[in-house]
Amino acid sequence: MGGPGSSPCASCKLLRRRCAKDCIFAPYFPPDDPHKFAIVHKVFGASNVSKMLQELPVHQRADAVNSLVFEANARVRDPVYGCVGAISYLQNQVSQLQMQLAVAQAEILCIQMQQEPNLQSHHQILELDQDDKILLLHNNIDNCNNNSNNNLGYAMSSGQFNSNFASPSSMMQMQMQMQDPLKQESLWT
Amino acid sequence: FIIFWYLSSLWKKSVMNPKRCAACKYLRRRCPKDCIFSPYFPPGDPDKFACIHRIYGAGNVSKMLQQLPVQTRAEAVESLSFEAKCRVEDPVYGCVGIISLLQTEIQKTQTLLARTQAEIAVAQAKHSQNPS
Repeated sequence: MGGPGSSPCASCKLLRRRCAKDCIFAPYFPPDDPHKFAIVHKVFGASNVSKMLQELPVHQRADAVNSLVFEANARVRDPVYGCVGAISYLQNQVSQLQMQLAVAQAEILCIQMQQEPNLQSHHQILELDQDDKILLLHNNIDNCNNNSNNNLGYAMSSGQFNSNFASPSSMMQMQMQMQDPLKQESLWT
Repeated sequence: FIIFWYLSSLWKKSVMNPKRCAACKYLRRRCPKDCIFSPYFPPGDPDKFACIHRIYGAGNVSKMLQQLPVQTRAEAVESLSFEAKCRVEDPVYGCVGIISLLQTEIQKTQTLLARTQAEIAVAQAKHSQNPS
């Protein structure tokens, strides 16, 4: 927190003003990380950030600042697509994995049917597999899409997302930065 | 007085472009012929600019667009519009919430895929040991 005797926060340093005791930026923009506020100020503007933080309860402001910093960094790295490039890349990754999963699930079903001892003859089992493999594959793809997209549907539809946003350059950039999609904490580093 | 009123309304019509873009309408200013916003903020969609202005501010958006080649500005406006809408709907996480959801989905699907592929390997090994 800023005030007499203590160092002004990064925001007040950049804005060249006195850092008040109740400075709204001070808890989230310490003086030892000037780049953090600089980038948020460049993309959103200090007054917009201040308004956004004022509209939030105090316990949610740290997360809001971190997400704003993430978006600002993405926008500076990719001025055309920003975070939308990352979303498009991840969506493609989800689709590819769902396809691979559908294929694997169809294969395991076929193997299980081949090993099922209760069918009438071995020859009939083979014929059944030939006919049903494609059907099972299509059914599994539909099931995978229905199960996985329910959680994302509300989020994607609310933003009217257009999957045609991705550009190769943004995909390559985000691929390098999202090599560890398993850790959500990487969003905040 | 009537003549004055008539002349002044004629003058207003000639100076103020009746087809101002949504941005200039929102900002209550004249829309010049080379307005940087007008190709991307048609007058029929006032909410689009209002949302972007609320999150980024007109000055920041203008600066961002000026720094981009003309052929990329439409895409940039659409992505800014999407991010601004996400931020309005989720003031804490914005579109980063969607990224988080996607990362979780990737993790779940990778785990399930690995498990299924392990099952396939076990089943194939079992079948090769007992071909009958």
